[in-house]
Amino acid sequence: MNTLSESLVLAGGLVTHFDAQLVDIVVLSLRVSLTATFFAAYFGLPLGAAIAVGRFPGRPTLIVVLNALMGLPPVVVGLVVYLLLSRAGPLGSFGLLFTPGAMIVAQTVLITPIIAALTRQIVADAWAEYREQLTSLGAGTSRAAMTLLWDTRYSLATVLLAGFGRAIAEVGAVMIVGGNIAGVTRVMTTTIALETSKGDLPLALALGLVLIAIVLLLNAAAHATREWARARFG
Amino acid sequence: MAEYATGLPIRLDHVSAAPGGVPVLEGIDLVVEAGGRTVLLGPNGAGKSTLLRVLHGLIPPSAGSVVWGYASTRPPGQAMVFQRPVLLRRSAADNVRYALDLAGVIGSEADARIAEALDEVGLRALAARPARVLSGGEQQKLAFARVWALRPEVLFLDEPTASLDPAAARSVEQIIADIHARGTTIVMTTHNLVQAKRLADDVLFLHAGSITERTSAREFFTAPRSPEAAAFLEGERL
Repeated sequence: MNTLSESLVLAGGLVTHFDAQLVDIVVLSLRVSLTATFFAAYFGLPLGAAIAVGRFPGRPTLIVVLNALMGLPPVVVGLVVYLLLSRAGPLGSFGLLFTPGAMIVAQTVLITPIIAALTRQIVADAWAEYREQLTSLGAGTSRAAMTLLWDTRYSLATVLLAGFGRAIAEVGAVMIVGGNIAGVTRVMTTTIALETSKGDLPLALALGLVLIAIVLLLNAAAHATREWARARFG
Repeated sequence: MAEYATGLPIRLDHVSAAPGGVPVLEGIDLVVEAGGRTVLLGPNGAGKSTLLRVLHGLIPPSAGSVVWGYASTRPPGQAMVFQRPVLLRRSAADNVRYALDLAGVIGSEADARIAEALDEVGLRALAARPARVLSGGEQQKLAFARVWALRPEVLFLDEPTASLDPAAARSVEQIIADIHARGTTIVMTTHNLVQAKRLADDVLFLHAGSITERTSAREFFTAPRSPEAAAFLEGERL
């Protein structure tokens, strides 16, 4: 109990004094996960909308696979990306392994199915409501998909926040492809794991507090966005 | 004046339709000529809404053929207003602009049409208001503004006043009359016989997926030819 309370006091000090090491780790974590969320949105939003609106052979199977991929274990993603980016791998020539770039790739792979699958569900629900009207107005499949993406933008903002939350909270993938190198690829989750095993609880707890604060902020932002959009746009 | 003149008459030749695998229409022969106001009447489940969607190309026939003018695919120049209007999450004016953009009308021409259309339905003051927070009656009027701006050759209406209060319904009826006065052919369904008397040039009566008669509105309401139509009118009177 004493260890916990002492560690909490020390952790609070690190946070309130903007400890340089802590800030660097938090900034890197945000940079990696925000970039991964950007790329996952770039691929996942149109993919989800296309599957929702399009009709093609194998679509039901694709939906099942996409939904299943939402539960991808981070360590498996890390292993696959590691093999791809390792010097002997097909993408080894890019020299990304053990860099933030590799961590971005891994997190992008991890959360793209989440964003695509949730987007598909949201757009499919909207398509059920809009289909006759948009078809009547002469919207083709791609135009309808773009229209639905825009019209469901506030729900999709929540999806992006969910993807970002998943990315910033995972540890397995970035640990494998980043290597947890101090000052280079050490992010919040990998630091927490490392410092806990070393017994340096204040830094681990401080990062844990920041991580929980970020998750709370994300959820508050998602809730506020939904409520504001409902009141403003119906 | 309608913008296009390519999709009429609409000819249905032995058309059957089974949306979702459920047979609804059977052996429909029908020609919709330019200029008229045709009201589809019939009991629930008779196939009125399905027939409207087949005419508009939203539901493909399971048998038979549909020809719009000389085309076997739906040409531009058609529009439809549904019982529950589907509006996009953007302003009232931008809902009209979206429809015009799909029709290839952009720039100052689109601006002029949007202003004219919103004026016509009495929503000019609400142009910037998000469409989905408008009242039910205002939303339906906005759906008609979209149609007004498109200047369709033929307009399909699926019970357009069913969800409206009497005042809003009367207002929508006037808009329909104005649209028709500009040269747009009207094909609509309704359960309101008084409204049908006010709006119809001719009546097409459906029963169990088949057309049992098509006559002028005056003749239909005074001396229906088919026993099904007579029973329907009798039931309505009761």
